[in-house]
Amino acid sequence: MTIQFNDESFRDDYTFHNSDWAIKRFPFPFHEDSYMYSVNMEQHRGGPEGSVYEMRFDVDEHYVSEMKDRAMVLDQDPLRCQSLPHMTLAGWDLLELIMVSKSEDYPDLFELHRNGNQWRWINKPLGIDHSFTFMDETTLPYGPMEYITRQAQGDFAVLDQRDEMLWMDAGMVTTQADWSLDFDIGMNFFEWHAPVPKAHEMGIFQRALKFLLNIQQGAPARRLNWTMTVNPLLDTSPENYHKWGIQKTTLTPENIAHKQHLRVELQTFFRLPRSNALVFPIRCYLCSFQDLMTVPKWGRRLHRVIRDLPEELATYKGFIDNRPMMLDYLSRFDDGLPTSPGIWPDLETEPPLAK
Amino acid sequence: MSKFEFPKSIASRPVWGTLEVRQGEHHLMIAEAEGAEAILAIATPDLMAKTHLIYIPKGTDYVERLRALNPAQFYEGPSYEASLQRIRRVLEDAHMGLQVYLTGSEGMMGQAMNEVMAVGLPHTAIQTEHRGSVARRMQCVHCKGITEDVEIDPYVCAHCGLNLFVRDHYSRRLAAYQGVRVDAEDHGNVPEPKGIYE
Repeated sequence: MTIQFNDESFRDDYTFHNSDWAIKRFPFPFHEDSYMYSVNMEQHRGGPEGSVYEMRFDVDEHYVSEMKDRAMVLDQDPLRCQSLPHMTLAGWDLLELIMVSKSEDYPDLFELHRNGNQWRWINKPLGIDHSFTFMDETTLPYGPMEYITRQAQGDFAVLDQRDEMLWMDAGMVTTQADWSLDFDIGMNFFEWHAPVPKAHEMGIFQRALKFLLNIQQGAPARRLNWTMTVNPLLDTSPENYHKWGIQKTTLTPENIAHKQHLRVELQTFFRLPRSNALVFPIRCYLCSFQDLMTVPKWGRRLHRVIRDLPEELATYKGFIDNRPMMLDYLSRFDDGLPTSPGIWPDLETEPPLAK
Repeated sequence: MSKFEFPKSIASRPVWGTLEVRQGEHHLMIAEAEGAEAILAIATPDLMAKTHLIYIPKGTDYVERLRALNPAQFYEGPSYEASLQRIRRVLEDAHMGLQVYLTGSEGMMGQAMNEVMAVGLPHTAIQTEHRGSVARRMQCVHCKGITEDVEIDPYVCAHCGLNLFVRDHYSRRLAAYQGVRVDAEDHGNVPEPKGIYE
């Protein structure tokens, strides 16, 4: 299909919006009516046609506007993209992975022509037609990781693997759920996850690390994670928290339907061939409460999940103060009927709201 | 003076050890304020005869007792910053096998550790022991400015003036803890500051 790219903003006037197509394919993160941490990894080998799982790097209607937003963030704060000196090879690995995947998965949007190390990359949505020499940094306007991740939605953490450990040694991070690459760069897997409550005690990170260390080339994995964001703000960084934090207090019963967004991260994990590094793309999808409520199953389920979430998690995810208002709104979409298992909308089989 | 027991914390927070004498031909000790006590506790004539001791008193009066240990080289610096060029010069000549002893505040040990790692010495050659001030070296996540010797929470960033909450999240690369605006969701509502461990 041909994607119609939205002209929209993720700041100031917030003209971001999801089409019906984008709502139906939204990666709703709850496969049952409750939520607790889990490693929840699965192989990233495609998925239902049209879903965000189908391609290796999903491209959707927000692509062009998200890349503009990223460029704005980087203009204001170049520290959002950093790579320790030993990570350049991993940057080339990543460039290759994304260019090959996108040109194969979206041949109408991206083309890659390779003649030995002489490469030509055509990115039609962003209007780029660039010939360069693979592995020669002087032929690119940025380092290889920065060059390609200015053209790919989602954040990218590039993890070095040594001493049976993963190290956050490079990244492009402009759409993060409140963590700082500049602060965390160089940390190991347990250190950068240190502020997450409960999961350490549950052994989540030990198991996740073990899984990730063993990811093989050509066998990527994926999982979903989620949080809440008031306004469709992509750059919920700690760096700018002193500016955006106050927006959480602008939520009212009148505006919650369009202002409150469920923020879902599609996290994928790919082994890189030359560097043996692991790349960890963290793709952010936003959906307003009112759009989510157009899917009866999601309306029922979101109410139950938010209602029953342990206080510690609601605090960590930053919406404990707004939870009562959320529940007032969400309860209108929960008629008590059972829900079908799994994350899919099941619009044809799930009953409409009986309320 | 008894040692401070840091409360149990998150995985990024550093854990400091207790100095002990190691075998080796060359020893470098960097001590700050009450860190002198940790040096006095392990000093032997044989060890000190092979030791370069760099000491930053910070208003304490241990200098004469340290000098009396007869270290091979002794330097008294007015501050860590003032001593830094000398520390780097000494590390330039460091051979594999150099044993490093760091003792004093967390901020000093964290920064000195980075200097030692930067010249390629293995982390296993570095020992640490916290003594004296429990103040923290803090980085403001917003303006990136470092504020030294922070004893209270919240504190005011020395660079941008925001009121910052003191987190336990620690970066070894920056040798600093993270400070985040405490009143970001309710401007002006700044809790009364208290000691970090109160």
